[in-house]
Amino acid sequence: MIMDIIVPALILGGMGLIFGLMLAFASKKFKIEKDERIEQVREALPGANCGACGFAGCDAFAEAVVKGEASVNGCPVGKAPVAKKIGEIMGTEPEEGDDKVAFVRCQGALGGIKAKAKYSGVNNCQAATDVAGGDLACRFACLGKGDCEVACPFDAIHVVNNLATVDREKCVGCGICAKACPRGVIDIISSKSPVGVACRNTDSGKDVRAICMRGCIACKLCEKKCEYDAIHVTNGVSVVDYDKCVGCGVCVENCPTKAIVDFRKLGDVKAALA
Amino acid sequence: MSIESATGITRIVLILLYAILVNNVLLVQFQGICPFLGVSRRVETAAGMGIAVTFVMAISALVTWVVQKLILDPLGLGYLQTIAFILVIAALVQFVEMFLKKSSPTLYSSLGVYLPLITTNCAVLGVTLINISAGYDLGVAVINAVGTALGFTLAIVLLAGIRERMELGNTPKNLRGFSISLITAGLMAVAFMGFTGLIKG
Repeated sequence: MIMDIIVPALILGGMGLIFGLMLAFASKKFKIEKDERIEQVREALPGANCGACGFAGCDAFAEAVVKGEASVNGCPVGKAPVAKKIGEIMGTEPEEGDDKVAFVRCQGALGGIKAKAKYSGVNNCQAATDVAGGDLACRFACLGKGDCEVACPFDAIHVVNNLATVDREKCVGCGICAKACPRGVIDIISSKSPVGVACRNTDSGKDVRAICMRGCIACKLCEKKCEYDAIHVTNGVSVVDYDKCVGCGVCVENCPTKAIVDFRKLGDVKAALA
Repeated sequence: MSIESATGITRIVLILLYAILVNNVLLVQFQGICPFLGVSRRVETAAGMGIAVTFVMAISALVTWVVQKLILDPLGLGYLQTIAFILVIAALVQFVEMFLKKSSPTLYSSLGVYLPLITTNCAVLGVTLINISAGYDLGVAVINAVGTALGFTLAIVLLAGIRERMELGNTPKNLRGFSISLITAGLMAVAFMGFTGLIKG
């Protein structure tokens, strides 16, 4: 009776053992020499697998760095400290690069943006957009339902008073929020950019003014006041030319609708959240 | 023509043709559909998958036949058939994986997750179980397994070829990807029905 259990167990166990030994032998025989630096670089990376570097994940990026296909500061998440660590492993100095940061190009909620309808569906931006382009009167506006907040792996963007707000200390510029936003409100810009136009509405100034007090009305005041030819109204909305912008802040002071933001004077997001 | 009445080399050819065309593992028996759809995006990977499956099927048919006849049957442990065969197949797939990783990293990475999934490819287990239940002797079992694997390779390469061409075509948006592949596979299965009765099993 007991043999009915022991014999099959022994047979299967024995077969397993034989195959196991064969595989162990095969794994010795077919061993692949792997560059141990790949493992070290991988250790230094944040491990978020966000794909902001342009590779399939942290593993793929580590491999590319060791092969020399990616630069040591290619990880936009880890920024300078990680670049330094990887540089030490690889024995190269990280090149000077600029960090990226997300920029929400809308201040509709601050400007008392008007609603065109009452939305009571599923509480996310994608669903709201799918229903007649959202509940707000401005088709460019941030709907403030937080698709970006959900998508952000770094807890760096939050909806504060119905407006997506970037925590610039935490933001790594991976661009996941920009992809998650069904309205395309979020831009990824250099974190060194001093100012930005927080409106994308290309409609006429009169139409903008009718629905939102913080919209760009394309009055061209910023263009006229700028001494460096660094801001222009194109297609009905003001756009900063970051190659020329020196960050004097004249456009910010002169904008009649306060549609231009000075990133150096942004309020503390944490305080706003509290 | 009938396999039963044939002898010698004719019999081998008939067994092979029967397994490849008349009783195609993918398009007639519908076993192993997972890699059929998963790895049929490009002809090279499909062919690589076919070769890997051929290797695993042939060797596992050999080993499982020996395991069945020399170990399980004498001890009256026929009920351990499935689990013992899975053990053999899993070990072989592991081996193929190591071998490919060493000899062809490109093929290894393009096969991706579908390579270890050969373990659970029901076509492999299916052919080994059919070999035993049909009472084939060792030679026929291996020939049948090779034929089945060649049928697998033929079907997956054909589908990959069609899918490569279809990439360029103007497929309606909602049908792109797996939908149109499934429809294509269905049409191919209908086409393979034309071989029914060519050879009697």
